[in-house]
Parts: sequence; structure tokens; C-alpha cells
Amino acid sequence: MARVVVDVMLKPEILDPQGQAVQRALPRLGFDGIADVRQGKRFELEVEGPVDEAVLARIHEMAETFLANTVIEDFVVKVES
Amino acid sequence: MTARIGVVTFPGTLDDQDSLRAVRLAGAEPVSLWHRDKDLKQVDAVVLAGGFSYGDYLRAGAISRFSPVMETIIDQARAGMPVLGICNGFQILTESHLLPGAMLRNNHLHFICREQKLRVETSRTAWTADYTEGQEIQIPLKNMDGRYVADERVLDELEAEGRVAFRYLDFNPNGSLRDIAGITNAAGNVVGLMPHPEHAVEPLIGTGRTDGLGFFTSILKKLVNP
Repeated sequence: MARVVVDVMLKPEILDPQGQAVQRALPRLGFDGIADVRQGKRFELEVEGPVDEAVLARIHEMAETFLANTVIEDFVVKVES
Repeated sequence: MTARIGVVTFPGTLDDQDSLRAVRLAGAEPVSLWHRDKDLKQVDAVVLAGGFSYGDYLRAGAISRFSPVMETIIDQARAGMPVLGICNGFQILTESHLLPGAMLRNNHLHFICREQKLRVETSRTAWTADYTEGQEIQIPLKNMDGRYVADERVLDELEAEGRVAFRYLDFNPNGSLRDIAGITNAAGNVVGLMPHPEHAVEPLIGTGRTDGLGFFTSILKKLVNP
């Protein structure tokens, strides 16, 4: 089985208070030097059979209509070997 | 003939009973609708009630949008059927693209529950005709994902077309852009808002205010005298 990863991130212009909360906690925990944190979502899809163009096109459609809300989020589809 | 107003129950919906009661108190016939049925039982209008449909997994309202009942509601709403989305219902309406923009986690990351003052910005919708423009009302607000966002172009368009239906007064509880608490589509039949009018319809409950009843009397009046 092949794995396809869909990474979903809030668009850069959208305020990410969860990422900010994580970033604010870092110095308190002794992790310095991190200027910004943004939090996203990663979907790992185990695909039955080979990952060809048609399968990737379907996954792209799935990401666009369901996994990501493209009003506020960007996504990237990657095949993991 | 009495107007029939449907209220959808998804797994995780919490406020369907309050919404059905509000419909009844306004004088209409409440009809329960089930998320797995495509059939709308010949209702004249639909309320999408608050709660956490499908657990709010993925994003609030994202999974509900693809439920069988929503397929029919989306078609009917586009054809002019009045739909009111309250809280989680508003989230479902943005995920369905019946209303523009999106709902995100509150800017302070906390669940919020309070009495919220609002200004009714337009009475030209199916659900706000019984209010006057500029009227101030106070109804409960309770949510985790109540931050309304849209890009500048959409926000400007909403303002220019008078489609910001409600604005938060005195206090912006969740970081919503331009203090937007609720919006309407261009036709005025689809309205979504975060605060809960169905929790303010009986004088014996809560603060005793009945400021929310106007939503349900508005739609009744529209359906009886269209």
C-alpha cells in the first residue's frame, strides 16, 4: 500500500491563535529563538493499489472539497514512498 | 394553514429541542428532521440548530455539510427556501457555501458562554423582518468556534450590500472580523448567526428576555403573508 500525505495549513493572512499560544509557551519551557509558530493538520492516506495520476487527481479533489476549507486553508498533496 | 418549520437533528446537535419549542411558541408547526433523511417532510423553512454536529471533527460543520439532509437543504435554499443557521448551523452554512466566509476557533481559544448584546443591521431578511434596523437585542452566546473570517473583498461586499445582519455590541467575544455576529445571503432567505435566539423566547427561562422570538415570528409572518 502506498501512502499519500495531505498537509493542510491556515492561509498566511489568517490569525492562528493556537500557533501563537504554542509560540508563547516556548520560551517558558526553555526553547528560545522561535519567532513564529503556525499549527496545521496532516492527513495520512493509505491507498489501495498503485498511486497513479487518476488516484492523485481524486485525492486532490478530496482535499479541496473536504479535508481543507479553501476559504481559510491551503493544502499540499505528497506521495510518500 | 399553519407554516411548517423543520429543525434538523445531526448526531451531536444540542439545541434542536429549544429550536422546536421556539417555532411552536411563535405559532408555527415544528417538524423534526433527521440528518440521514433526504426528505424534508414538506416543510416551508428549516432551522439548523446549535451543538457539535458529528463531533465537530475535521472542522465545525464540515462533515454535516455532506449529510443526506443537507444535500436537499442546499438545493432548496438555493431555490429560495428560508434557512436559519444558529451557531453550529451557521458553521454548516459557511461550510456549505450557502454563506460566504468561514468560522474559526475563538481568538482567545476558550469556550465562551455569556449574554451578548447585538445590533440588528437589517430587517430585509426572512428571519429579521420583525426587528427594526439598528435595534439592539440581547441573547445568549455559547461557542468555541465563533470567529467569523472572510477576505477583505468579501467583507466589503457584505457591507456594501447590507448583508451584515448582526453585529456584536460593546464586546467582540471571539475576534470576528468587523464585529460580525451574523450574515445573510444576497436573496435574504439564508441567515446565519453565532448567538442563540432560540434560548431567549420564554420569560421564565434565563434572564427573562424574549429578544430571540422575533426570528421565529419573522419567518412565520413571511410564510403566511409572503
